[in-house]
Amino acid sequence: MKDFEPSIIAFVCNWCTYTAADLAGTSRLSYPRNIRLIRVMCTGMIDPQYVIKAFLEGADGVLVSGCHPGDCHYINGNYKARRRIKLLKEILPRFGFEPERLRLTWIGASDGIQFAEIMRELVTQVKTLGPNSAKLKMVI
Amino acid sequence: MLNSYKLETKDKELLESLQIFFRSILELDEISAILVPKLLPMKNMVMPVLITDPAQLDNVDPLSPAFPMNTSKIVSRLSRKPIGGKIAVVLRPCEIRAFVELVKLKQGCIDEIVIIGIDCLGAYKNRDYFLFASEDEKGSTQRFYSSVLSGKGASFDNIDLAPACSVCEQPIPGYTDILIGLYGMDINDHILIQPKTPTGESILSRLKLPETEEPLKRKEAIDTLINERTACRDRMFAETTEATDNLEKLTTYLASCVNCYNCRVACPVCYCKECVFVTDVFNHEPSQYLRWAERKGQIKMPTDTVFYHITRLAHMSTACIGCGQCSNACPNDIPVMELFRTVAHKTQKAFEYEAGRNIEQKPPLSEFREEEFDEVVGIS
Repeated sequence: MKDFEPSIIAFVCNWCTYTAADLAGTSRLSYPRNIRLIRVMCTGMIDPQYVIKAFLEGADGVLVSGCHPGDCHYINGNYKARRRIKLLKEILPRFGFEPERLRLTWIGASDGIQFAEIMRELVTQVKTLGPNSAKLKMVI
Repeated sequence: MLNSYKLETKDKELLESLQIFFRSILELDEISAILVPKLLPMKNMVMPVLITDPAQLDNVDPLSPAFPMNTSKIVSRLSRKPIGGKIAVVLRPCEIRAFVELVKLKQGCIDEIVIIGIDCLGAYKNRDYFLFASEDEKGSTQRFYSSVLSGKGASFDNIDLAPACSVCEQPIPGYTDILIGLYGMDINDHILIQPKTPTGESILSRLKLPETEEPLKRKEAIDTLINERTACRDRMFAETTEATDNLEKLTTYLASCVNCYNCRVACPVCYCKECVFVTDVFNHEPSQYLRWAERKGQIKMPTDTVFYHITRLAHMSTACIGCGQCSNACPNDIPVMELFRTVAHKTQKAFEYEAGRNIEQKPPLSEFREEEFDEVVGIS
């Protein structure tokens, strides 16, 4: 599995984590190219079905990342996201998706360094988990 | 503690006594109508019927093992705007639980509804009911309740309770204005009528029913039944978990699904007015299918089957009340109820929620607290 390069879908909020990713870029910090960012206005708009779709399409990991508690630009979207992640972590592992494949983090707009570090760590973790089985088999 | 009353059944058939009871409620000034399962005049089938004329109460049959739909959807339809009069609704416990969920989702209103909950004797699958009732519906209902209430069970020939009913650990109405108690009662003498709310008490106090006490053997009968059902339920949970614990097994479990979405239509708590799966979001470009097929060399059609079921689990499992209408509606006999109840049990537990139990408690995904579920945050 040495050559396994995971695909990780990261849903990031416009105001905090996306801005942190931008800061990481403008600061010339590097992080693995396995992460595919999807910018959303707020983590509170991430319907569980986006995460489910990503996994069924073969994503090896999914990250949802938004503003720290209390910092949400829409007041409470990140709290709603946290409940949905809790829900998905009850459902997806029952069907063989390891809970570690789904992550929720809070990365603030000024945390460019932290963003790059978390992405590196996440890729290492998903590499040890190996490929998502949905990638290899026919999913109906 | 509110008084208990008895409904005499001496020298009468049980259904007849219930019809007399419903008539006395419908004749009260403030009750405009009663919604109750009734044997249809044109076919050997029992359906919810909205009755305003007390003379139309013969052939009312809330004990039949027919369960063609979860009537909470009808009550929701009747109460989504002010009705202009109180309606008494005779419901099974799972129908009450579903209605409670719909009220919380603002798809129904309790204000003009008087709930009459009845001890549930269970029901057959639609197809089995037709086999069981065949020509003689009235006689078949009597055969059914006599057997169940005398402890001989609900199985006749090769017909047995629907899977959802055989694992139902909540056969006694929880949230109700008036309770009709059957288990542990001597049905040839009287059955139990209990008010559970001030509304129920105000109605019953005017019916001049004789007072009584809940017999001890009723509690015993209920405890025994619930223990048996809970054991069956837990066995079903274990079997279903085993049968779906990886993606390959889950796809096998759902392999005969044709994306008809009947389970969603029949589900009383699938609350979206328009399901995303029937919108243009899933009306993919023809070329998209080709691209998907090319990725693995093949793609099963119709697509998005597992996606649909897992999404529905995410959307409504915290509201699942276990009525089993999903399985009843499946044209290909997929054990949908088993999968949904098994997952729902876990998701509801995760949020310390029990669907349909407490009308004051908000649905888990409609609220949040600032300090909670820290264990799902972070990457370590």
